[in-house]
Amino acid sequence: MIRGYVIKYGDNVDTDVILPGRYLTCLDPEHLASHCMEDLDPRFLSKKGPGDIIVAGNNFGCGSSREFAAVAIKAAGISCIIARSFARIFYRNAINVGLMILECPGAAESLKEGDEIEVDPDQGLIHNVRGRESYEAAPFPVLVRRIIDDGGLVDFVKRRLKEKGWASP
Amino acid sequence: MGLTITEKILANHCQERIAKPGDLIFAKIDLVLSVDVGTGPVIEIFEKMGASKVFDPEKIVFVNDHFVPAKDIASAELSRAMRLFARQQKLTHFFEVGASGLCHLLLMEQGLVLPGQVLVGGDSHTCTSGAVGAFAAGVGNSDLAASMALGENWFRVPETIRVVFKGKLPEYLCGKDLILLVLREIGIEGARYKTLEFAGEVIEALPMSDRVTICNMAAETGAKNAIIEPDQVTCNFLKRQGVHTDGMDIPISDSDAIYSAVLEICVNDVEPLVAAPYLPSNVKTVSEVRDIHVDQVFIGSCTNGSLEDFRRAARILKGRRVHEAVRLIVIPGTPKILSHMMAEGIAQILVDAGAAIGPCTCGPCSGGHMGVLAADEVALATTNRNFVGRMGHTRSQVYLASPTVAAATAVLGRIADPREVA
Repeated sequence: MIRGYVIKYGDNVDTDVILPGRYLTCLDPEHLASHCMEDLDPRFLSKKGPGDIIVAGNNFGCGSSREFAAVAIKAAGISCIIARSFARIFYRNAINVGLMILECPGAAESLKEGDEIEVDPDQGLIHNVRGRESYEAAPFPVLVRRIIDDGGLVDFVKRRLKEKGWASP
Repeated sequence: MGLTITEKILANHCQERIAKPGDLIFAKIDLVLSVDVGTGPVIEIFEKMGASKVFDPEKIVFVNDHFVPAKDIASAELSRAMRLFARQQKLTHFFEVGASGLCHLLLMEQGLVLPGQVLVGGDSHTCTSGAVGAFAAGVGNSDLAASMALGENWFRVPETIRVVFKGKLPEYLCGKDLILLVLREIGIEGARYKTLEFAGEVIEALPMSDRVTICNMAAETGAKNAIIEPDQVTCNFLKRQGVHTDGMDIPISDSDAIYSAVLEICVNDVEPLVAAPYLPSNVKTVSEVRDIHVDQVFIGSCTNGSLEDFRRAARILKGRRVHEAVRLIVIPGTPKILSHMMAEGIAQILVDAGAAIGPCTCGPCSGGHMGVLAADEVALATTNRNFVGRMGHTRSQVYLASPTVAAATAVLGRIADPREVA
């Protein structure tokens, strides 16, 4: 179960504002996190708490295919993103770097900045703690849970290779 | 309940043997494509994953196409990293400059991608291979590394939009005009997450080269993959590449398959089209933009770099000269296509007209090299994207169109309808 406060954004939050291209030469997740959302919401870093949850509208993560956008959000301590929809490559990238994401139009519409919510990714349930409303997203498939639980695709593949006896000695 | 061709292919490649739209599956991969610009970073991730060997050295295809022959030291290093890894892993399909061409055209020409297969590639236009009835999707670096290590990867089964073209395509129109019609209709995120399946009497009558163009630019609608059900045209094409389809299990969509939308487009009265700056969906008729003068015309790229594309251009350029204010750059998709262009006299016609013919490369399409634009220059290109700065300076402009419009434009020095010079 994930618990955190909502940070709310609108439609079409693109990867250029999530992580501006000028920081792409840097590979350190902590450093990337320190520029996360810089061009969209300069207050993001000061207002976010550990485990907070981003709630957004349509097409979150559109634009460039940079995997670092998802890395930056994860390293900033965000536990989950709930959106009406995600851009295709961001959707893959988020899962591949081990960042929890849920598509849920109902929650994306109703939740407000500062709401405290609980998310059960296994059941796809989102619960507004004070407002007491609940929202249902498609439950997180087992396969994707395994990748995220492993911390992302690199560690997931590492484990699969060991299972197959293909890992380098 | 019926299934689409894409659902059938994905079902055939996963353990569950079922693939409904929205399902997440782990699918076996038949072919992994990687190119010079991306392979270096992919190898780094591959090693970080603890992988020592690719899952099957016969199923990884490495292609030199983006920045080749090396345009600078950095691109030479990228090619070198790919070359060394290919040798070390003893990859069967490593294409060196001279034997290499634009990856999507090369895969098909070499008979490497087949109907019913699952292909992932480190290039957003990997969806091109849907032209032979394969499930083909572009992916990022981590996904490519995982696919090379495991021979499998996870996929969300896409919903399918079926696009049915009806009527008879007017003369001088081709695959490019058809996909521009779709872009005008559904926009640049109209098929996000989804499959675009192209069908109808117009598609059935099209040669493989036009099918390639259509599937290629499906990427510009946000689609995950594009696909055309294999038919006699597909089988004849494969036979010419030395692939025999007798006994092959070739999937097609069931007549009662479920589509998220069906789009019917009548093509009888369509005029030659162009996509104006700065979006591939900003589609206009040639007559709306015929006052636009151009500095450069480029015929080539994975969208329109097939033999048939150059034949069409040559028919218009035969006995004519390129306008004095225009540079015409022609880049054949593969060495074999260039070879045919020479044998058929097409290369001679183009050179006589004043074209500069370059070696097989993506070249100017993504502003790489061999025809990059200066500030305020205008180009008309047979390529796939016209975003700000795509072919060079951020103040340059790119119009996208078919090879026939490109040839006519090269002659008249302004955007032109092929019928104006016919």
